[in-house]
Amino acid sequence: MVTPQDIQGWIASGLADSDVTVEGDGQHFEAMIICSQFDGKSLIQRHQMVYGVLGDKMKSEIHALSMKTMTPQEYNGGAEN
Amino acid sequence: MSLIQEKLKEVIESNEVILFMKGSPDFPQCGFSGRTAQILEACEVPFASVDVLADSAVRDGIKEYSNWPTVPQLYVRGEFVGGCDIMTEMYESGDLLKVLKPESN
Repeated sequence: MVTPQDIQGWIASGLADSDVTVEGDGQHFEAMIICSQFDGKSLIQRHQMVYGVLGDKMKSEIHALSMKTMTPQEYNGGAEN
Repeated sequence: MSLIQEKLKEVIESNEVILFMKGSPDFPQCGFSGRTAQILEACEVPFASVDVLADSAVRDGIKEYSNWPTVPQLYVRGEFVGGCDIMTEMYESGDLLKVLKPESN
């Protein structure tokens, strides 16, 4: 069974300069991803970057993943977004 | 473009607001799909919906269409807007209404 730690590791290793927190019960997961690479990207582009890193795992191992994607600036409250 | 992709394009472009979901707005088969339908209802916009569970070709095809691995998926005037997380975030910020009803801004 997939654990939150697995998903955390997969995302963090695929997205350079990211800070990833994942919670979940083996079926449904929630991820908070803070990454400087999100700067200037739309929400769709950000989620697609994460999906790209997870690849086929989204089709098989991960049933449901909801995520919040932020740049370090947005996380620190300085969002002009 | 394969036949299913052409059919999806036609359906998406012929409906101003269309939600691909599991189940129907009245009987959603997944919590995420149910939430997105509720958001659209709260925005008071008419929308079409497609139950991807009724046809596996649609279920797989829509993921390929948008390069997005999950359902639900919302399209407005032919453009992919996002899934449940993005719709929720845009609804809370007011951006979703601007996309759904650009004339009221």
